[in-house]
Amino acid sequence: MSFNNVSKRIEKIKFALLSPEEIRKMSQVRVITPDTYDDDGYPIEKGLMDLHMGVIEPGLKCATCGGRVDECPGHFGHIELAMPVVHIGFVKEIKNMLDSACKSCGRIKLTDEEIETYKKQLSAINYETEDPEIIDLTLKKILDVAAQRVKCPHCGADSPKVILDKPTTFREGGIKITPKEIRERLEKIPDDDLIFYGLNKDAARPEWMVLTVLPVPPIDVRPSITLETGERSEDDLTHKLVDIIRISQRLRESRDNGSPQLIIEDLWDLLQYHITTYFDNQTAGIPPARHRSGRALKTLVQRLKGKEGRFRANLSGKRVNFSSRTVISPEPFLSINEVGIPEIAARELTVPVIINSFNIDKMKEWIKRGTSPRTPDGKYIAGVNYLIRPDGRRIKITDQNAEINSERADIGWTVERQMTEGDIVLFNRQPSLHRMSMMAHTVRVLPGMTFRFNLAVCTPYNADFDGDEMNLHVIQSEEARAEARIIMKVQEQILSPRFGGPIIGAIHDHITALFLLTHNNPLFSEEEFIHITSYLNIDKMPDPVIKDGKKYYHGRDIFSLILPEGINMKFKSHLCAGSKDKCEYENDPEDTYVVITNGKLIHGTIDDEAVGPFSGVIVDRIFRKFGPDAAAKFVDNVTRLAVGFLSFNGFSTGIKDYDIPADAIARIEEISNETIEKIDKLVEAFRAGQLQPMPGRSIEDTLEVEILGETGSVRDESGKIASSYLGLNDPSVIMARSGARAKMLNIAEVAGMVGQQSVRGGRLNRGYANRTLPHFKENDLGAYARGFIKSSYRAGLSPTEYFFHSIGGREGLVDIAVRTSRSGYMQRRLINAFEDLKVDPERRVEDTVGSIVQFKYGEDGIDPTRSDEGKTIDIDYIAYDELGDEQ
Amino acid sequence: MSKFNVLEHEIVPEHHLVPVEEEYKVLKMLNVTKENLPRISINDPAVKALEEIHGKLEPGRIIKIIRKSPTAGYYEYYRVIVKSVI
Repeated sequence: MSFNNVSKRIEKIKFALLSPEEIRKMSQVRVITPDTYDDDGYPIEKGLMDLHMGVIEPGLKCATCGGRVDECPGHFGHIELAMPVVHIGFVKEIKNMLDSACKSCGRIKLTDEEIETYKKQLSAINYETEDPEIIDLTLKKILDVAAQRVKCPHCGADSPKVILDKPTTFREGGIKITPKEIRERLEKIPDDDLIFYGLNKDAARPEWMVLTVLPVPPIDVRPSITLETGERSEDDLTHKLVDIIRISQRLRESRDNGSPQLIIEDLWDLLQYHITTYFDNQTAGIPPARHRSGRALKTLVQRLKGKEGRFRANLSGKRVNFSSRTVISPEPFLSINEVGIPEIAARELTVPVIINSFNIDKMKEWIKRGTSPRTPDGKYIAGVNYLIRPDGRRIKITDQNAEINSERADIGWTVERQMTEGDIVLFNRQPSLHRMSMMAHTVRVLPGMTFRFNLAVCTPYNADFDGDEMNLHVIQSEEARAEARIIMKVQEQILSPRFGGPIIGAIHDHITALFLLTHNNPLFSEEEFIHITSYLNIDKMPDPVIKDGKKYYHGRDIFSLILPEGINMKFKSHLCAGSKDKCEYENDPEDTYVVITNGKLIHGTIDDEAVGPFSGVIVDRIFRKFGPDAAAKFVDNVTRLAVGFLSFNGFSTGIKDYDIPADAIARIEEISNETIEKIDKLVEAFRAGQLQPMPGRSIEDTLEVEILGETGSVRDESGKIASSYLGLNDPSVIMARSGARAKMLNIAEVAGMVGQQSVRGGRLNRGYANRTLPHFKENDLGAYARGFIKSSYRAGLSPTEYFFHSIGGREGLVDIAVRTSRSGYMQRRLINAFEDLKVDPERRVEDTVGSIVQFKYGEDGIDPTRSDEGKTIDIDYIAYDELGDEQ
Repeated sequence: MSKFNVLEHEIVPEHHLVPVEEEYKVLKMLNVTKENLPRISINDPAVKALEEIHGKLEPGRIIKIIRKSPTAGYYEYYRVIVKSVI
């Protein structure tokens, strides 16, 4: 344990103004030359890079403390300004004081009685605990009274109104008050009055808000950088300080040799500009100071403010070691709890292991292996990258020194060994919008250069494989590893706290595969059966059906292999949603009602509703009844079963899926023509003034609503016609009905008609004067002229339709862009507001000081993760599960 | 026109004044001190409306609010009257 860095606790922070004397006192050098380095590259004395202000070059010593680069903390210097200048950060306060203080005697323009009462009011405030906003409000009221008064109650002098000409010029009756005069006025304000301006007389004097001396920050704050070319580049702050010194010098010379007042004032204003931008280069009303390249300079305020500022970028957010990032790709043969990491990453990332008497032999063996060991057959095994001695020294292991260090290593040393299978890591995809965006996985070292994981885990991360990258963090402490394993592992996160259902489940093709496997209970030959189940680890075969002397297996029986024993369920499948028939067990031609009894699928089709994310009732039941291990195993098996099925049967879709008979196309044509006629009639009625307005709507609105209704119904109608010819033998329909991908609506758009395009919920109406496109007459309100698309995607869009479609599509894109940024900011504010609320053992929600926010978490004390989609308990299911059908 | 009473508005939850004698019971039930209770300003319209019934209310009195809750049906909430809410 080293005692060089004893941690200390901050007891309090005091904010105060720096007085000119204090600035001079803390200064190590008065900077007088605007130059930085001489021709030899040595800092010029009394220049901006004076050695008294610290060192940034190795080899040199600080002229103040004698420290070297890493030892010297840096020291302040100062610039004596030729003329006083207003500090941009205090303009508001200066304005208040000029307004409320008498210009001749400096007293606040309040009568003695007023002073008495207000002082009493102010002394009641506890400045340390009261809300600053309330203090501000009280002070504002008092200052307003004083500011309104023209005649000073103390000396009787009149004070004309002071106007602030933003950002830094004060005028009195149109005449500018120079900073020098301002300073003189502020000097007159007595200490006793300061409380009215919100100042603490022990910490500040108002005249210090007008600068006469400028502190120069240490060189460590504004280091110069040497480019590869050997060229030196100065920090933005140094640039700005150069400007300030230069102008201050010129101003001093002009003043001393009696230049015309006009020139002096110009220089004075210029000095004010430079000092203002030195503090804040985004001050409203003045152009930002720019670098030679045209880039705006990053000065003091810019260093602190905003997302890239010191607070949000460096203090709230930090960078980490032991992490890695690469492209992701799918690997269905990994468990949902695993992540495949490339060897190159596994060799770089390490886990610290402390050598003790139990593992010393093993660790010595590991160290001996060096940095890139392999098994005799070329497989990856973990090596060791570093050894850390008990005194904290790191030894880098190389293949040359591995042997020696293996001998040297002893109990108490730390070995930084490479990743090995089974290590637990955190895996994350940004944006991290919920807790499932960062989950713990166990490591599998795999060939290739990408991170790989089971497809069921795409949903919680919201990941796809079109080039997405993800981050991986290796946990360094034993406690964190234990926590990650117990609460962060993927299987522990299957149920989402958002809606109390599973967020992990089969997606896309996996749903299609299970659909095809179970829908109407098809028979599979023994060969097919063996192939389909070849990726599963099953211990008993289902009963075969013998037909023509050959063995066949039912799809439902194959699916039942992966169901845990003892599960009973009844539910309607996703297929049911689009079904014309009733979804009941008896008389169920579409095979939509799922019945599972004691782990056997008796009836029904497995699809999105059963195993998909967000719905996944089977996953949900297994998790609740048998726990996370069983649920994870089930999801793993679902992927393996689906892949087994698809690798034998295949599944494909194409434009042919959308072929419908000619008479269907003719009927769609017919109804779309009818609609267009109807719309024309509506427009006619509107023009004739015969249209009756709907309640609360104008006639124009009524017309639009009527037309939108018509176009909506014709699209639905055509969709119905188209889909009546497309059945469950059609791959696209299988995908839509099983919930694997797309909706029936999308199929209707391809085969039937695309329908009305809209912008902001209404028909298209913008573009050219009184028309959408030059292809139409002005004020044409007909269907075609306002974005109705009667073609299908399959038939192809006409040129005008294509334009309208693009307009509607663009709105969608813009919407998404606007929505994400806005909801992101909203979420940020919510997170900041809620970050330190906690639930106590009594299930109360309280803040850090113990004030109650809710007497019971969520008002019912229920953890939404454990709730049944928000409901506290599903008593019907429990009764069914326990008692069976006879309730 | 008769004076408008906020408590009769349909989206304003029920507000009741907790009698001083029962305050200790409520605090014991909730297992909190008065300082840790959520607050309500003495200037709150609902408090003003209660004052119409009970006469002037002093800071420190406890108000029981019964509101509809999507999770718990009805939910009892308690607030203590304060001079100003920060």
